[in-house]
Amino acid sequence: MREYYDIQLNDLNNQIIEMGSLVEKSVAYSAMALVKSDIDRINKVSEYESAINRKEKDIESLCVNLIMHNQPVAKDLRFISAALKLVTDLERIGDHAEDIAEISKFVDSQNCHLDKTVFSEIADTAVNMVNLGVDAFIKRDLDLAQKVAEMDNTVDQLFIEIRQKLVSGLKSGEYDSAPALDLFLATKYFERIGDHAVNIAEWVVYSLTGKLENLDDYGIEE
Amino acid sequence: MDKFTIKDMNLYYGKFHALKGVNLNMPKNQITAFIGPSGCGKSTLLKSLNRMNDLVEGCKITGDIRLDGEDIYGNIDINILRKRVGMVFQKANPFPMSVYDNIAYGPRTHGIKSKAKLDEIVESSLKDAAIWDELKDRLKKSALGLSGGQQQRLCIARALAVKPEVLLMDEATSALDPISTGKIEELCLKLKNQYTIIMVTHNMQQALRIADNTAFFLLGKMIEYGNTDQIFSNPREKETEEYITGRFG
Repeated sequence: MREYYDIQLNDLNNQIIEMGSLVEKSVAYSAMALVKSDIDRINKVSEYESAINRKEKDIESLCVNLIMHNQPVAKDLRFISAALKLVTDLERIGDHAEDIAEISKFVDSQNCHLDKTVFSEIADTAVNMVNLGVDAFIKRDLDLAQKVAEMDNTVDQLFIEIRQKLVSGLKSGEYDSAPALDLFLATKYFERIGDHAVNIAEWVVYSLTGKLENLDDYGIEE
Repeated sequence: MDKFTIKDMNLYYGKFHALKGVNLNMPKNQITAFIGPSGCGKSTLLKSLNRMNDLVEGCKITGDIRLDGEDIYGNIDINILRKRVGMVFQKANPFPMSVYDNIAYGPRTHGIKSKAKLDEIVESSLKDAAIWDELKDRLKKSALGLSGGQQQRLCIARALAVKPEVLLMDEATSALDPISTGKIEELCLKLKNQYTIIMVTHNMQQALRIADNTAFFLLGKMIEYGNTDQIFSNPREKETEEYITGRFG
């Protein structure tokens, strides 16, 4: 029964997997671009960004068609509405990845006197959060969703530490102001990527349980 | 406040166990929808609420059904029960007489003879059923000449004419076009301020649009009952989920 409908729902799931995979790569490459000043990766992120935007439109269109033709209810409705919200978060993550890649291009050309490996941890954590968020959606896994929410605390803490480091480096004259500000912006983008990953986790929870939870303070109420 | 309360209700048609251990409370001034595949017992339950099943040979009911706390299978006058609990059927069934006489039929059988009083009842019932403007100049014409949608609203007006407290609707819009269906749905939303409405529907979108509460039945059992939004967004039972998402039934 409803075979064609199930095929379309499956297609939606596959398209989200594809978009998630593009976003995961994009964030990972932007992190490498920033930390290792890798120009090839910078260019790749830009390509991914265009593909991510196209995928977002395709998925939105598929969701609207599914709603129009099938009037979904219950778990189908939750899945489709979660997908519609989730692609916006994925697309924003793609934007931030591109922003970070752009900054790395710029910062790399300057002598910033700053050891960029300090960004490794926040970049790695944000990348992991995106990977886990997408995994949670694909595997319908509440535990993974909760893990993403917990990791956001680490990202927030690292953001504060890097900010303090940059402020004191600027005060002491150790860092040049322009690259330090750019790197602060890149740090903020990683922090925002973490927030979007938490949003994805929240849509996973909604899709599976019907509960619209705020996972910011991590912990999913049973 | 609950208008109808059903406790441990079982219904048998001869040896066939048609309704099994139903427990259900239906709130006053709300719309409650019964959904489920054909043969699940939803219409049987609806008919039990004004004892229409009394007419079915071999029908036996156990358990407790109360209207405002009063046992409707106890010492209740069945004519009074059916005055309090009106019914509209799937197929519009106007009497072969004028629009006016269709509406006045019930009040007349309950002893109202005054022309002025009957005029007032006819007008207010047709107005309540949102069909007065269409029929006010055709009151003396035969009801059989009306369209299907008009006939069904006439039947609702006829049910309202005896001032019931509850309106039972058994797939009352299933034979109607979308415009007439929309009018009757709007009417239900308007009428629930004064009446309690209990409906059987195969149209799940209709239950979603207008019912406050929905009960899902399967093979004579009530599987799940709750707020309509909850049932259709996050049902508790797997059978409900499968039925409403169209994966069985």
